Amino acid sequence: MSSAVTVSAATTVTEADTAKVEIRSVHKSFGTLHVLRGIDLDVRAGEVTVVLGPSGSGKSTLLRTINHLEKVDSGTVSVDGTLVGYRLSGNKLYELRERDILKQRTRIGFVFQNFHLFPHLTVLENIVEAPVSALKRPRKDAEAAARKLLDRVGLADKAEAYPKQLSGGQQQRVAIARALALEPGLLLFDEPTSALDPELVGEVLDVIKDLAASGTTMIVVTHEIGFAREVADTVVFMDEGRIVEQGPPGEVLDSPRHERTRAFLSKVL
Amino acid sequence: MALTSDPPSAVPLTKAPEAATATTVAAVPRASSAPAGLTVVPVRHPWRWVAVAATAVLLVQFAHGLVTNPGWEWDVFAAFFTTETILQAVWVTLQLTFHGTALGFAIGIVLAFMRLSANPFLRSVAFAYIWAFRSIPLIVQLLFWFNLAYLYKELSIGIPFGPSFLSFDTMGLVGEMSAAVLGLALHQAAYAAEIVRGGVLAVDEGQSEAAASLGIPRLRQLRRIVLPQAMRSILPNAANEIISLFKGTSIVSVMAIGELFYQVQVVYGRNGRVVPLLMVATAWYVLLTTALSVVQHYVERHYAKGSAR
Repeated sequence: MSSAVTVSAATTVTEADTAKVEIRSVHKSFGTLHVLRGIDLDVRAGEVTVVLGPSGSGKSTLLRTINHLEKVDSGTVSVDGTLVGYRLSGNKLYELRERDILKQRTRIGFVFQNFHLFPHLTVLENIVEAPVSALKRPRKDAEAAARKLLDRVGLADKAEAYPKQLSGGQQQRVAIARALALEPGLLLFDEPTSALDPELVGEVLDVIKDLAASGTTMIVVTHEIGFAREVADTVVFMDEGRIVEQGPPGEVLDSPRHERTRAFLSKVL
Repeated sequence: MALTSDPPSAVPLTKAPEAATATTVAAVPRASSAPAGLTVVPVRHPWRWVAVAATAVLLVQFAHGLVTNPGWEWDVFAAFFTTETILQAVWVTLQLTFHGTALGFAIGIVLAFMRLSANPFLRSVAFAYIWAFRSIPLIVQLLFWFNLAYLYKELSIGIPFGPSFLSFDTMGLVGEMSAAVLGLALHQAAYAAEIVRGGVLAVDEGQSEAAASLGIPRLRQLRRIVLPQAMRSILPNAANEIISLFKGTSIVSVMAIGELFYQVQVVYGRNGRVVPLLMVATAWYVLLTTALSVVQHYVERHYAKGSAR
């Protein structure tokens, strides 16, 4: 298991380390707002799925249901064949206790739009916190692994810095290293470059591309069409809480079948 | 308000010509002179110097009065400042403050998390507690505790509404000192709860979300991620509360507990030297409040790790 983190970027992670995702008729409302209106999505292990769509289309909410940051109203999400947040018994779904949900989340890395680094902890402490407290790793091992991760995202010299002393791009790279420290089989990115100055977007996308090449399953919500074209195995286009179409980037981005997709792409391209 | 470092000009009330000259120079630099060679003349503030003079005169008058007015009786002050009785009274005041703060904040933290919890019953109970204890004047509450034995002659431990295993005489268990600490702490808890709750609410929700997404256990999230950040906004308010409780202990004098203010009253009741003895109490309150402020500075610095300001 631990090989997933310590391998250099060039090495390919074995199939067993990565997780597949199955989403079945997921609905979610916030009050009267029906945000997800029956989502079905399969992500094969080791694949990169990029989710595109206008603001308010439900793509971030969908991503947040995958690690149960958002509870679904109906439908199921499973990662690597295990239901997320629930236990199926008979034909009833029993909500899991928080402790068990937290345990499930250690298998799913999540990278936020606004980084959400812990500002009172150094970069190294940020990365080490979860492996030490959630996975009960010895601090020494966790720190050694963290330094390797920092090296991998090109920030080996920033281990002792505090988040506020870093640029946005550097902070997001630390956030990615923090998510990787749990050696997750699945990585979720929620608009990882939307809060960055334009000239800093590249350095973060490069790290994500690197990870994609290493064979971890990834779902990326983004507005970076170029990134989608280059890295995605599958592009999913969402609008008004539904998946409008999905397929290889060449198909969805270059010859979309739906009018709505065409209209969206013509605006962002 | 900063004073300029320049001495006041010879004609302090006519700053207009000077300012006008400065503006002209800045607005129309001659082509021949390099901009780097231009001297900047700061705006003069003659009225500030007038205000300084007036305030200084008042201060000197006051200081002069302190020294020359025999009514202050500094010899009496000096004689009583460190006598056994007063030192013991200071110690009682410190004990009341310490126990009141420790117990008050312990209960306050519990109440704060009850108010923040998802359970509506716990939320309402905490709300009602805070409402009640903020509504009852401290002195009224203290007198209630003092008279607890009148309401409940015996306290016992056992099955609720059932048989009891252990009983205590209320008078013996809740002595004067514990009644005072209890009163101060329960009063303090209501305020502490709101301060702690405010601090927790001030931490960005993204922080606990990030911690949750990393699978960090719930208690650890609170202890390691949320509370240290909440401390930044809790501390200044908490220090206020501790200092006001420290001085507020003087209210306990109504219960004839030998804290600083009570003891000072006893002494001047005997010797009639009211003013110098009030000054003894004042000096101790000022001294210890200063010490608390120094501690506050260092504690705040500790929790400012990683912040820009």
